Amino acid sequence: MFYNINETYISFSGDKMENTERSILHSDANNFYASVECLYNPSLHGKPIAVAGNVEERHGIVLAKSNEAKACGVKTGDVLWHAKQKCPDIMFIPPHYDLYLKHSKMLQDIYADYTDRIEPFGLDEAWIDVTGSSMLFGSGEEIAQKIRKRVKTELGITVSIGVSYNKVFSKLGSDMKKPDAVTVITKEDFKEKVWKLPVNEMIFVGYSTLKKLMSRYIYTIGELARTEPGNMNCWLGKTGLLIWGYANGFDSTPVSAAGVNPVIKSIGNSTTAPQDILTESDAKMTLMMLSESVSARLREHEFVCETVQLSIRSANLSWIERQAKLDVPNRTSKSIFDLAMSLFKANHDGQPVRGLGVRASQLKYADFIQLSFLSDCARIFKHEELETAVDGIRNRFGHSSLQRGVMLTDFDYSKHDFKKEHLNTFINF
Amino acid sequence: MRKVFVEVSATFGTDGNITPHAIVWEDGTKYEIDKVIDKKNRASMKAGGLGLRYTCRIENQQAYIFYDGEKWFVEAKV
Repeated sequence: MFYNINETYISFSGDKMENTERSILHSDANNFYASVECLYNPSLHGKPIAVAGNVEERHGIVLAKSNEAKACGVKTGDVLWHAKQKCPDIMFIPPHYDLYLKHSKMLQDIYADYTDRIEPFGLDEAWIDVTGSSMLFGSGEEIAQKIRKRVKTELGITVSIGVSYNKVFSKLGSDMKKPDAVTVITKEDFKEKVWKLPVNEMIFVGYSTLKKLMSRYIYTIGELARTEPGNMNCWLGKTGLLIWGYANGFDSTPVSAAGVNPVIKSIGNSTTAPQDILTESDAKMTLMMLSESVSARLREHEFVCETVQLSIRSANLSWIERQAKLDVPNRTSKSIFDLAMSLFKANHDGQPVRGLGVRASQLKYADFIQLSFLSDCARIFKHEELETAVDGIRNRFGHSSLQRGVMLTDFDYSKHDFKKEHLNTFINF
Repeated sequence: MRKVFVEVSATFGTDGNITPHAIVWEDGTKYEIDKVIDKKNRASMKAGGLGLRYTCRIENQQAYIFYDGEKWFVEAKV
């Protein structure tokens, strides 16, 4: 069996051409939200704090916590009463996303002083390929130390940086020593440093994959690496081979260049409702608001979609996802809503629903739509024009300047503008 | 330490550089800046916030003045 093992670069140095091992950094801002809050309010330093969502809107979970709160056992995702039980002195701070975005941009500005190959991974993490910068700024480790010191003095927060020859190991490295540290993983010592780690520390090994691996007595990255690749293929398919390769250091995924927009594969919005959704009519308003946001964002990016996906999160936090195809690819909120609503009717088992999500996928550029004389298409084009006009009015006079009648069933909730509140932070690996 | 926002007289150069000349303290007293010694991006861990930190000499004493892109502030004793 042949596996692509290509982790070398060809670099030009003067007239000389040489093979260079890649030097990839993964920078992870420590307790990002909580650190930014402490920076703007120094009296919080050294105290157990957690940045938390609004309890009344049922977003009351811990989004980030300080080291002091972490020491008491508080975890990201804990509900607030549970966090308070673990740490009675904990202080909850509301999030300030504008500050986090500002700091995230400033972090990237610092990285950009060393390379143009920066791939953000959320607001607080990024891969930085400094292979081509070593002649100017030193080795990967030296650049990592410079970045670490600059972030501390210039931004008042700390980062942990992993340095390695591929993205997977550099990410593992950034988790090894925290806070304010640099960890180097080389081709020579990765077996010693990485193979002893639990297998779920590695990217792409989520809950389901972990369960399958554990049922085959694979608990560490080393055990995964030593498994026969044929078996991995048999048990987990392509993903099995992929993670087997990662465990052995065979990852040649490039770091995207700064400013290159990732390919958008889907556009979606989801929300936690202020009260459990019990009936179809309760779901109607939320699905309409979500569909309107998805539809407006599709227009903004000049896409139409073929498939609509609905996710339903139950009150017991279990969730399902169901999808269906539109008869004609389009982006009107009516079409998206109609399909999402029919999926809801078909799949809602009557249990109280905590949250809903609508996602448009199989996107196509709107310039290349098949025209048709069928009445369905004519109606869609009419809706499209209508909704474009609505977008224009909302852009000028605010989101709530024009609303559907269904929104009046809960006036306060209908003031939410999911499109505006949407935070696009996650970029696929 | 507390964060005190101050009024600043400054020159905005054609190259985009900003040079502060004087600050007006919260009680209205005006202090001339004798010299700007250094300027660097820095976080203010004592008062909170960050920005372009100007190290200045004012009446023979070294002082820091921060410009956060919108406002000027200094770190003051409580």
